[in-house]
Amino acid sequence: MLNAVTADVLAADAAPNPWFDLSYVTSNWDTIVGYLGEHVRLTIGAVVLGALIALPLALLARRSRWLAGPVLGLSTLVYTIPSLAMFAFVAPITGITATTVLVGLVLYSLVILVRNFLAGLQAVPADVREAARGMGYGPARLFWQVELPLALPAFMAGIRIATVSTVALVTVGVIVGHGGLGQLITGGFAANFYRAQIVTGAVGCVLLALLADLLLAGAERVLTPWSRGTRA
Amino acid sequence: MNRLGDAVVYLNDPFNWTRSGGILDLLAEHLRISVLAVLAAMVVALPVGALLGHTGRGGGFTVALSNVSRAVPTLALLTVFAVTPIGFGPTATTIALGVFAVPPILTNTYVGFRGVDRDVVEAARGMGLSGRQVATRVELPLAAPLLMTGVRTAAVQVVATATLAALVAGGGLGSIITLGFRQQDYGAVVAGAILVAALAVLTELLLVTASWALTPGEKRLPFLRARRRTPVPEPTSSGVPL
Repeated sequence: MLNAVTADVLAADAAPNPWFDLSYVTSNWDTIVGYLGEHVRLTIGAVVLGALIALPLALLARRSRWLAGPVLGLSTLVYTIPSLAMFAFVAPITGITATTVLVGLVLYSLVILVRNFLAGLQAVPADVREAARGMGYGPARLFWQVELPLALPAFMAGIRIATVSTVALVTVGVIVGHGGLGQLITGGFAANFYRAQIVTGAVGCVLLALLADLLLAGAERVLTPWSRGTRA
Repeated sequence: MNRLGDAVVYLNDPFNWTRSGGILDLLAEHLRISVLAVLAAMVVALPVGALLGHTGRGGGFTVALSNVSRAVPTLALLTVFAVTPIGFGPTATTIALGVFAVPPILTNTYVGFRGVDRDVVEAARGMGLSGRQVATRVELPLAAPLLMTGVRTAAVQVVATATLAALVAGGGLGSIITLGFRQQDYGAVVAGAILVAALAVLTELLLVTASWALTPGEKRLPFLRARRRTPVPEPTSSGVPL
């Protein structure tokens, strides 16, 4: 009912409302860059923290079958929880801060990363590990020099997915006022459906995600020179 | 912890459930939007995925589509449809969610049809089955488990993201959370979060059971086999530079 009333008001409003406006971008450059910075900080923080927590979890889960089930089950459960609900669970503890968004994002990236890290580690052939152990490799050296390089493609795949989905998820942080470029989307929505602002925020998110994916794909190529020949 | 207490109090108040615009109304709206979105996505994605998988074309396209869709924030799509002439409301939300449900269904249908053993297809051809008969009588039953996985993934995702509709005034159970934040009523916020999370988990469980019951062939109880399953990494666009 309220919707119908608003639609009428909108129809009466004849002010131009373009889908994209370069003058909007130039005149609000500082604001946009500010939100972009927050977006990038939250994404990097979430993926790095997620990776730091996911690696020991994956190593533990590989060590024992008893742990692998619960770790994977729990991570599936976390992933099923809607992002808005996640932020709502965290918000009463950490308040209306960027920390709330970061905690929620870390939990999601953690889920993707644990799964891919574990898959990467399990794909390391057992006889390769056996051979390395026979050559006198200790657990740390075995991990750094044998398992990590072999599992790196799966690790990087996980990091790429986690990064791209985190970039998209940051926008939900608008619920506590720290949604990076998402602030532009809801800001434009609140400012009488100002399309240029909404589209700038949305396109910015997509471009940021694609750029991050490209950078990570490049990093993967640099880090795994031996696999270059096999790739088309 | 007294937030949790507040949440329990909120959920225990029958008035919060039955009043107009209460939990039951919002739940009905949430489910209506979700079901419509998933059905619309199925109508579009199942035939296209089956066709692409059957002919074996467009593999790069489906992978690229599912990867690009990951990068598009749901919030953006919900908002963009709301500022078109459709106007904001349940219709825009349903369309946006339907668009989001297409990639998982499409990808899984494609992979399901593509993954059918070529020998089986050869044998069916040799027995004189036409292209369409191969698709419907051989490939479809064999692809059914993955097909159901696609629909389940899409449905859970839609039920979860329908929550976000509340951020752009589209209703659904998420409005309990957004309203709670606006009124600084964290009891309601946590109560809404519990409802939304429970709904998403229930949807997942329900659909896992349904796909177990519907899948032809040898049956193993769901949930039990998960224990021994080795995790499969999520497919990326490795090789497909995006």
